[in-house]
Amino acid sequence: MIRVSRRRAPLVFALGACGMAGCGPLNTLARDGTTASSETSLGWFLVIVSCTVVLMVTILVLAAWARSRRRQTRDDVVFTGSSGLPWIAWGGVVIPSIVLVAAFLFTIGTLDAVAAPERAPAATIQIIGHQWWWEVRYEGVGPAQGVVTANEIHVPVGEPVRLELSTSDVIHSFWVPELAGKTDLIPGQTNTTWIEARHAGVFGGTCGEYCGAQHAHMQIRVIADPPARFQQWLVDQRAPAGQASAPSTADGLRVFMTSGCANCHSIRGTLAGGAVGPDLTHIASRTTIAAGALPNTEANLMGWIVGAQAIKPGSDMPTIAVPARDLQSLAAYLETLK
Amino acid sequence: MTTTAYDRTIPLGAHEGRAPGWWAMVWTIATEAALFAFLLFSFFYLGSQSRSAWPPTGPLALKLSLPNTVILILSSIAYMWGERGIRAGNRARLRAGLAIAFILGLIFIIIQGIEWSNQPFGARDGAFGSLFYTITGFHGAHVVVGLLMNMLVQIWAARGTFTRESHLAVTNAGMYWHFVDIVWLFVFASLYVSPRLG
Amino acid sequence: MATIAPISTAPIERLHETWESRPGLYGILATVDHKTIGKRYLVTAVIFLIIGGIEALVMRVQLAHADTHLLSPEAYNQLFSMHGITMMFWYASPILSGFSNYIWPLMLGSRDMAYPRVNALSYWTFLASGIFIYTALCIGQAPNDGWFGYAPVSLQPYNPGLNMDFYALGLIFLTVSTTVGAINFIGTVMKMRAPGMSLNRLPIFVYGTMTASFAAIFALPALTAGCVFLYLERQFHMHFFDAAQGGSPLLWQHLFWILGHPWVYIIVLPAMGMVSEMIPTFCRRPLVGYPYVALSTIATGLIGFGVWVHHMFATGLPAVSMSFFSGASFLITIPSAIAVFAWIATMWLGKPVWKTPLLFAAGFVVLFVIGGVSGVVTAAVPFDWQVTDTYFVVAHIHYVLIGINVFPVIGAFYYWIPKMTGRMMDETLGKWNFWTMFIGFNLGFFPMHIAGLLGMPRRVYTYPASAGWDTVNLITTIGAFLFAIGVLLFVINFFVSRRRGAFAGSNPWDAGTLEWAMESPPPPYNFAVIPIIRSRLPLWEDQLGDETPGMIPGEGHSHISEGAVLAEGRETFGTSPLEAEPLHVLHMPEDSLWPFLLAIAMLATAYGLVFAQWWLAILGALGTLACLVGWLWPRHLATGERA
Repeated sequence: MIRVSRRRAPLVFALGACGMAGCGPLNTLARDGTTASSETSLGWFLVIVSCTVVLMVTILVLAAWARSRRRQTRDDVVFTGSSGLPWIAWGGVVIPSIVLVAAFLFTIGTLDAVAAPERAPAATIQIIGHQWWWEVRYEGVGPAQGVVTANEIHVPVGEPVRLELSTSDVIHSFWVPELAGKTDLIPGQTNTTWIEARHAGVFGGTCGEYCGAQHAHMQIRVIADPPARFQQWLVDQRAPAGQASAPSTADGLRVFMTSGCANCHSIRGTLAGGAVGPDLTHIASRTTIAAGALPNTEANLMGWIVGAQAIKPGSDMPTIAVPARDLQSLAAYLETLK
Repeated sequence: MTTTAYDRTIPLGAHEGRAPGWWAMVWTIATEAALFAFLLFSFFYLGSQSRSAWPPTGPLALKLSLPNTVILILSSIAYMWGERGIRAGNRARLRAGLAIAFILGLIFIIIQGIEWSNQPFGARDGAFGSLFYTITGFHGAHVVVGLLMNMLVQIWAARGTFTRESHLAVTNAGMYWHFVDIVWLFVFASLYVSPRLG
Repeated sequence: MATIAPISTAPIERLHETWESRPGLYGILATVDHKTIGKRYLVTAVIFLIIGGIEALVMRVQLAHADTHLLSPEAYNQLFSMHGITMMFWYASPILSGFSNYIWPLMLGSRDMAYPRVNALSYWTFLASGIFIYTALCIGQAPNDGWFGYAPVSLQPYNPGLNMDFYALGLIFLTVSTTVGAINFIGTVMKMRAPGMSLNRLPIFVYGTMTASFAAIFALPALTAGCVFLYLERQFHMHFFDAAQGGSPLLWQHLFWILGHPWVYIIVLPAMGMVSEMIPTFCRRPLVGYPYVALSTIATGLIGFGVWVHHMFATGLPAVSMSFFSGASFLITIPSAIAVFAWIATMWLGKPVWKTPLLFAAGFVVLFVIGGVSGVVTAAVPFDWQVTDTYFVVAHIHYVLIGINVFPVIGAFYYWIPKMTGRMMDETLGKWNFWTMFIGFNLGFFPMHIAGLLGMPRRVYTYPASAGWDTVNLITTIGAFLFAIGVLLFVINFFVSRRRGAFAGSNPWDAGTLEWAMESPPPPYNFAVIPIIRSRLPLWEDQLGDETPGMIPGEGHSHISEGAVLAEGRETFGTSPLEAEPLHVLHMPEDSLWPFLLAIAMLATAYGLVFAQWWLAILGALGTLACLVGWLWPRHLATGERA
């Protein structure tokens, strides 16, 4: 019957797509993170219960239609009919109560499970939200101290990492779905959460609270490394930029200093100390630029410098008129900042 | 043959039970009360989150505000006395009560203005200042509206509009006035008294 | 003094003369006829529905493919904001006020609403506030921070234009309309029922609007407070929401959602009530579980005040607090489940006749449940942290809003337009209308659940191709356009039927409630005599006899063609709140220009405040006061009664 399949089609599509949900970089039903895994269990329970309820009610309505065809009588008079109270008692109260109590208990249990990690965090990262990029600072002593980067976080596999979330302007929300659900960045307070990647990989995220014109272009990446590699990364990130001694890099640095870049950006180890935009000391080590708007290549860097407002209109990065040769020199220099 | 369901005559005009117009004032007061509840909620919410002293310049002075509270309460009593008058058919008492309530209400506004000009903080001085002036300002605006209502009722009373049976405007304006008085008690307790208790 | 008189002396001509508005401009501006006001509400709200829908269609064109740049980010952000604001505030509640305004006195057995001039005011302020907020769009400075306007994005440093000033003042203006309207409904249900219409004989539609009205008067002030703070902070540099000066962005969120959550029940409970009227009529039997449905309506309204924090689960609140609100959000499902199964049971235990209104009601039940379960999903705090602010929530809100408001509304149009215009709408076109809307809606919005689970956030003007969201978005866009065609079919059916629809007569559906007692369209005075009510379904007493619900043995049947005439001017009964005993004969106000003038004065004040033209604001405020004084000035009546 055509009507039935049309009504059922959305459900079939949904179940099929749910099966497909394993693909996609921002999958919310993932188990890559410890927190996400608990949340996914709860999520599947709710999705399955929901689909079951919808299916049952749809069948009931369709069956009421089918019955009416069979019971069609000539006369159209009204009648009192039976009270129908068992429908209300069972369908309206008893069954929903059982299901909802189960869902509530599962919810409380999951809340408890994800409240804190089982071990002490291996690192604490301060993430400060900006319109429209993420400032990242690693806290602590040793290699972790003094690490400043942007839009990309490295974490050790299998270790919990504490995140201290704050914002310099409006409300943002930190969200890397494959690892954990959202936590907001709210002016005037620091929200603390934690993530733990269960295996190595690259996990994408995005800002999860409307924060103005370029909310759509505020991505973040979490890269989970084996612990040794993570420690090395910290050491590398902590180091200042290498001396720009070679003529090509020296020229690039010159362009950087004379084009106004240092007003907003810092490169530790040089005189550039701007604090408005992302720290560029190790920009070449990052996989994307402009908070995930573009892959990090020399060509894209050049395009971003001279055409930021076309790529991300409204962002604080101005369009900088740099002559072509200087631009190449600048980009080449930046790409040495690994 | 028709059946009549009622064996009594039904009076013209709402004198028995509560008139629709009375209920209109009741629900208007209810929604306005909710507004003040949310203003005070905001005060307590920001106060609970405050990292500095609340109020920042120390507890608010009671020197003017406490007597002012008494004045407002007296004005309500005067109004009630006047309203009792018209319920007994005494128009002169009604007019006297209205006039006294008006004068006391006006004094309240004047003293509040003096208090405002004496405060060591302004409306832009942080959240406390903004809330203080907004909340007392809203209340003051309601007092002014109450005074305007009182003036209208006095005019109508002078023209002989009200009788023992029919004086809904007096009752309604009176309910509003008592409401404004009660709101002041809450505002006073919240802004002036509660920070001293913490 | 009035006594009961038999119908044979009913002076129909005198009633016509007394209750009809004068023709011409004065009549148009001054009428207080609830039926005229109701129809104006309906037409105006449908216009806002269409405008909001077009805004959505433009957005859907932008989102059909990745990396589309049809719209600038600023334009898109204004569009999605105006879409939400228009639909939530200028369509969803006013459309239900329109139906309630038209139907209530007819259903309650009264000649008018309790406060006819306030009724006119609620319409004029609705229209004026709509004109006001759309001025913003016309000058390219529409609100751009979503329908919930979070701080600090709403504040001056991040939003220097007039956009959010229009938002704050426009909403305050609209809440005046909704609040006075709510007071009118409460007064009417308390005092203006036909004698004998006790609480257990009230139609569920009345329970729905009544609950929504009580919720409105207690919840709207939260938004008023928030918007006042927003305007003062933006205009006069005060501090309520900026953390640096002791304010808090979360204060805005609390105030907004303390209104926002009850608001979503305000915009569905009356619609659910309309369905509770339609299903029994077309299933040829009384509603199953009437007392439980009535109580569940009230319970939903009450519990609805205790769930608002579920919009704030990601803000870093203590687990205890979140657990409480999560539990309350689960709990509120139960009254809805009771209603859903009452409707299903009525269909099962009745003899359904599948006319267009019943199709919309049945579709509504399915969509309600889908929307309801996706709400249960978001009530679970840890999983909400994944799906909040994604298209999963967009799917949820549209299933509950379109499913529980728009579908019942269209069904209600098919049901009650015959009463309002005297002509039936076309059944064949009606079925095409339903199926196009139903299929289009599901095609458009079901994939949004998937998009959300695949991580697509809300309020993004574009998305990258690498995200893998292209397919679901394209399907959604196609579905949205199909749904829009469905809405267009409704509009076409409306206009076609006005000319060619079959004449309806007084009760084309053989329904049981009182609004079907008089001719279609009703005369200006509604009832030639005030009926006396003895059951919940007065017009079915002939067929159901002593089994008619709400009858008391020995009390007899309702009297519809016999009763008090009350024709000495505009008169009706004032009755007691619980048992509807007649207490007094009320003299209702004549037509008046004051409501219209008052709305104009308020509009002037709003323009003065938004453009910082203080002279205009003060002039408007003085005008407002003057109109109020003029309105309240006692009228001297022929009978000597004074105000």
